Amino acid sequence: MSNIPSAEELIKVSYDMPSENWMDTKPEITEGAVAYPAKKATMEPLGMPNPHDWNPFEEDWHLPENWEEIIYNGLKERLEKYRSLKLFMDICVRCGACADKCHYFIGSGDPKNMPVLRAELLRSVYRKDFTTAGKILGKLAGARKLDKDVIKEWFYYFYQCTECRRCSLYCPYGIDTAEVTMMARELLHELGLGLHWIMDPVSNCNRTGNHLGITPHAFKEIVEFLCEDIEEVTGISINPPFNEPGHEVLFITPSGDAFAEPGIYTFMGYLMLFEEIGLDYTLSTYASEGGNFGLFTSSSMMKKLNAKMYAEAERLGSKWILGGECGHMWRVINQYMSTMNGPTPSCMETPVSPITGTVFENARETKMVHIAEFTADLIKHNKIRLDPSRNDHLKTTFHDSCNPARAMGLLEEPREIMRAVCNNFYEMPENTIREQTFCCGAGSGLNTDEIMEIRMRGALPRGNALRYVQEKHGVNMMSCVCAIDRATLPPLADYWAPGVDIAGVHELVANALVMKGEKKRTMDLRQEELPGMEDE
Amino acid sequence: MIISLLAVIALGILAWMGSMMGFQYVLAVCLPYTAVIVFLVGFAWRIIDWAKRPVPFSIPTTGGQQKSLPWIKPATLDNPSNSKGVWGRMILEVLMFRSLFRNTNVSIEGDRVVYWSSKFLWLFALIFHYSFLIIFVRHFRFFAEPVPFFVNAIEMFDGILQIGAPRLYMTGPLILVALAYLIGRRLFNQKVRYISLLSDYFPLFLIFGLCATGVAMRYFLKVDIATVKVFVMSLLHFAPDTAALAKIGSIFYVHMFFLTVLLMYFPFSKLMHAGGVFLSPTRNMANDTRMKLHVNPWNPEKVYRTYEEYENEFRVPMFEAGLPVVKKPEDKE
Repeated sequence: MSNIPSAEELIKVSYDMPSENWMDTKPEITEGAVAYPAKKATMEPLGMPNPHDWNPFEEDWHLPENWEEIIYNGLKERLEKYRSLKLFMDICVRCGACADKCHYFIGSGDPKNMPVLRAELLRSVYRKDFTTAGKILGKLAGARKLDKDVIKEWFYYFYQCTECRRCSLYCPYGIDTAEVTMMARELLHELGLGLHWIMDPVSNCNRTGNHLGITPHAFKEIVEFLCEDIEEVTGISINPPFNEPGHEVLFITPSGDAFAEPGIYTFMGYLMLFEEIGLDYTLSTYASEGGNFGLFTSSSMMKKLNAKMYAEAERLGSKWILGGECGHMWRVINQYMSTMNGPTPSCMETPVSPITGTVFENARETKMVHIAEFTADLIKHNKIRLDPSRNDHLKTTFHDSCNPARAMGLLEEPREIMRAVCNNFYEMPENTIREQTFCCGAGSGLNTDEIMEIRMRGALPRGNALRYVQEKHGVNMMSCVCAIDRATLPPLADYWAPGVDIAGVHELVANALVMKGEKKRTMDLRQEELPGMEDE
Repeated sequence: MIISLLAVIALGILAWMGSMMGFQYVLAVCLPYTAVIVFLVGFAWRIIDWAKRPVPFSIPTTGGQQKSLPWIKPATLDNPSNSKGVWGRMILEVLMFRSLFRNTNVSIEGDRVVYWSSKFLWLFALIFHYSFLIIFVRHFRFFAEPVPFFVNAIEMFDGILQIGAPRLYMTGPLILVALAYLIGRRLFNQKVRYISLLSDYFPLFLIFGLCATGVAMRYFLKVDIATVKVFVMSLLHFAPDTAALAKIGSIFYVHMFFLTVLLMYFPFSKLMHAGGVFLSPTRNMANDTRMKLHVNPWNPEKVYRTYEEYENEFRVPMFEAGLPVVKKPEDKE
């Protein structure tokens, strides 16, 4: 992060608009302005169209010869398949309500980061090709001809949208830029243009079952390593089952939590909770990914990756699936999964908590329960013993992830847990939480270091709200229910609110969890001394 | 902006000259009939064109707590889980512009991002739309004999201030003020100015012209209202009264011409947001896809890497790591 301006510099954002028409401006595609492209070797085996090696920093992107035809046909097809796209192309009145709702606009002041203009980037081409007024009046009607610079502009701006849907909340017609961005990215993929940081995880997930490319034996080793750490902290030895048929529950969480701090502590939290309540579950190495970067690629890729969850539940005879903390994973599960897969495998049943008997009627179709729903239910029924004072050295806040907030509405469940497991909990300002929450600045596959300045700009609203509670209440820990957040929020906090740490909700649960037969806790899951509970 | 303004002024002059040069029949008979047909057919065609396209996925934007655990209160209007909630959400959206009411305005004050309340757009948009509705209903005085009771009622309400003669209808000045705000916002709010297209100014100026000529006709350049009614009724009976036409002042033709242009422009413009809002999938769907199957009519076939293919690649290391395998490696059998 040494090569990006300081936070004091970066916050001086000007919202003055340029004098020239937006159609006459072009983005400068330089190092740091766009993320690295997906390689041909990644795209080809996945069956992605027109795979080729190219460099965004060179003039020629080596588009296929009939690229204009590909875009025209691709757009036409999607206008016919998605009412949303056609409607969102047609009914925008450019009232500007969305303009300053985007974190990238707030952090950059770049007019094309206003959701309305981001959509106009595609809409202008749509007008030219698919509306009479656009064909005749051209620029007067807001239409423009598709050329290679437009493709570059799309690549630049549709990868500066994290599909967080904050703008769609404020739009009087519910126009959802995420939907527009998804379509534009699909069109770019038709030309063989994608991001390395998205397509590499997609390729990994297809092959090894998870985004990080962790092979089955390595996955087992990692989890066993986490179990050793748990034993170190609690004195309890855990042997989680892998790929075992005949268990009631299949547990699936993002692989990011098996990979790096602080996600691994959340993973340890799950394992400890399941051990304590005696849950009959298994992990799977084949379906070892809750997240789905296919969502950021195309609807068919999303389906391809998602299909493994039910396939594995069927193979193992699981009754229902418990899903870990993850943002976009839950958009896929809540809004796409049942539609893509149709009726669930016959071995599956409406989820019932084996501990409390609560029937999860809200998941009777997908048979998949969010861990926050599951744990909030345990806490409500006093089925686990908690000692929140173990988190007393923390002053916590909670970051709502975009997708659980605006594509699901998981707002109270994690808060109920937070209030039960720690004594010091403070909310960030009203306009930055719950359904109005801000993106971490790097969702939807943009969590890559080469665009760190763009990320930090997008992180400005969240970072600023965090800074506010840090100064006002001394908050030193921001919790979240998203694995991407656990990777993206630490640099956000270091930059915008230095001194604040990031934790998954279930890490804090496990810290407070009083386990049967545990030794006296002197350390938290990070193996840091608990103040006031040191060994005497 | 200028082009839109000039276009509307030109349309006005065209109508004025037309009425002077004896084209009353074209302006007040031919064009209105055509316009009504274009509007009705065009509007219906646009709605059908949208409605026949599938909604492959259920993608509501959730604006509040989901329905999950029994003791957690769900936000039934902002995150509806059934069609009752969706109806409520849509009614509030269409009648009260609920989403627009959320509007804020961001500024950076020193080192702090501040979200100011910003309700003027909501307020003036609401004033504009409701004034338009009331004015539209008031015009039924010209379309029906006897005048329906609700028209009288709404006229009484609209003129409740009892100012002047003829009595001032509040909606007249209100709609002009609201339009002026909407135009002014496009001109003076930098961001909105930057995103505005010709097709954003044109309908504003056109409707401003329509309303201004209407107001002028009622209060200043008074036309013979009784004759206008005779003529409009004759239009409705498909027997245009040409004798009445000759007695009506030019301002009426300008008013009428603006209306015909608006009607013909409507179905092919952003004004179709009026119909489109009802079809918006982020608003008119329930957040119930974990409870109920939503079917995608073009759902493609499921293609994925099966467990068998996966185990075939990793069988040996899986076996050696003690992971269960369906088929043992060949040399271990």
